Amino acid sequence: SDRTNLAGVRHIVLVLSGKGGVGKSTLSTELALALRNAGKRVGILDVDLCGPSIPRMLRVQDSSVHQCDRGWVPVFVGHDTAIALMSIGFLLERPDDAVVWRGPKKNALIKQFVSDVAWGDLDFLIVDTPPGTSDEHISTVEALRPHQLLGAILVTTPQ
Amino acid sequence: ELRARFRAVRHTVLVLSGKGGVGKSTFSALLAHGLAADETKQVALLDIDICGPSIPKMMGLEGEQVHQSGSGWSPVYVEENLGVMSVGFLLSSPDDAVIWRGPKKNGLIKQFLRDVDWGEVDYLIVDTPPGTSDEHLSIVQYLSATHIDGAVIVTTPQEVSLQDVRKEINFCRKVKLPIIGVVENMSGFVCPKCKNESQIFPPTTGGAEKMCQNMNVSLLGKVPLDPEIGKSCDRGQSFLAEAPESPATLSYRNIIQRIQEYCEQHHLQEEKIM
Repeated sequence: SDRTNLAGVRHIVLVLSGKGGVGKSTLSTELALALRNAGKRVGILDVDLCGPSIPRMLRVQDSSVHQCDRGWVPVFVGHDTAIALMSIGFLLERPDDAVVWRGPKKNALIKQFVSDVAWGDLDFLIVDTPPGTSDEHISTVEALRPHQLLGAILVTTPQ
Repeated sequence: ELRARFRAVRHTVLVLSGKGGVGKSTFSALLAHGLAADETKQVALLDIDICGPSIPKMMGLEGEQVHQSGSGWSPVYVEENLGVMSVGFLLSSPDDAVIWRGPKKNGLIKQFLRDVDWGEVDYLIVDTPPGTSDEHLSIVQYLSATHIDGAVIVTTPQEVSLQDVRKEINFCRKVKLPIIGVVENMSGFVCPKCKNESQIFPPTTGGAEKMCQNMNVSLLGKVPLDPEIGKSCDRGQSFLAEAPESPATLSYRNIIQRIQEYCEQHHLQEEKIM
C-alpha cells in the first residue's frame, strides 16, 4: 500500500528552512498554484503538525477528510484542475486545539500521512515542513526516501 | 535537584509563540537587557531552542564556550549581572545542525536546568523554539518543581500567526501555565523619512488586540517594525541601547515594565498567602 499510494507521484519536493516565519508555507502554496496554472497535477502535504498553515492559505480550513479503501482522501482545492491537500489541520476537532505531541506520536502520524493518503496521479507533491531540524523532518525524509524525492527548496530571509 | 538549583531564582518567565519568526528570541534578548539595566538585578537568559539557537548571536556571544566548574556549567556573561546559556555554545561550528529527536532534546534541556550554575537570579528568562512540542512540554514539566511566574506569548498581526498563537494560549491553559500577556511584534512600520505608518502585516482579523479580547488574555503591547532591530540582532547589540529614541524602544520598555510589575505583584501575593 506504501508503493501504491505514492506510485503515481512523479516528483516530490520538500520545502524546508530551519528558521521559522520565513515563508515556507506561503511559498509552498504559491508554488503549488503556479504549477497547477501551468497545467500540472499537484498535491501538497503539510507536515507542520503544530502550526498547519496551508488549509487557511487555500481557504479550505473548514474542510474535513474522510477515508476510502485506499486510505485518506485528500481535500481537493479548486474545481477543474484541483490541488490535492492533506494537513493535520483537517484532523483537528477544533482549530484552536494545540497539537501537543511528543516526537514518537508525531512520527507515527507522518508515516501515515506519507503512506495512507490516496494521492492518485500527481506530477508534483510539495511537502511543507515546520521550522527546525527535528522529528518531523527526520521522519518525513525517512518515510519519503523509497519514493521519487526530487529534492529540497530552502527558504530564508536576508538577516 | 532542580528544586535546589531554582531555590535562588526569584522569577521565571517563559517566552513562547507557537508561530516561528515572530520575534521570540529578539524579545527574550531585549527583555533580558531591559531587566539587567538595573544593576541591582541579576538576570539569566536560557535558550532552549535546540534546532535554531538565536540567542548567542543576538547577545554578541557567538564563538563563546561553556566552562565547567565544581558547581556545574557556568553561563556566559554579557554583563556582570546578565548570564546566558544556549545549546549554541555547545556546537563546534555555528552551522552544525542539531538533528535530534525529542528524547535527546529533552535530555539536554534537563541538563541545562540541572547543571547550569546560575547562582542567585532575580529573573530567569527562557526563550523557546516555535511549536508546542517536546521542548515546551519538557520545560513546563521540569520547572513544575519550582515556580514559573508565567508566559509571554509573542505574535505578529496577521491571521496566519494568530492561528498558531491561539493554540499556544490553549497549550498554556492545558498545562496550567499562567499567561502574563501577549506581545504583538511587527505591528506597523514607521518610515524613518516621511514618518508615515504602513501595515506590513495587516491585521486582517483584528490582530492581537481582537484575539486577546476573544481569549481573555492581556495585550502587553504592540511593537512596530524597525529595520534597526534586525540589524542590532545580527550584530549582537542591544537595540534598546543602540536606538533609544525609536518608537519600538519605547514600546519594548513599556512592555518590559508591565512584565516586571506582574512578577513583583505575583511575588507579593505569594508571600501574603505563605
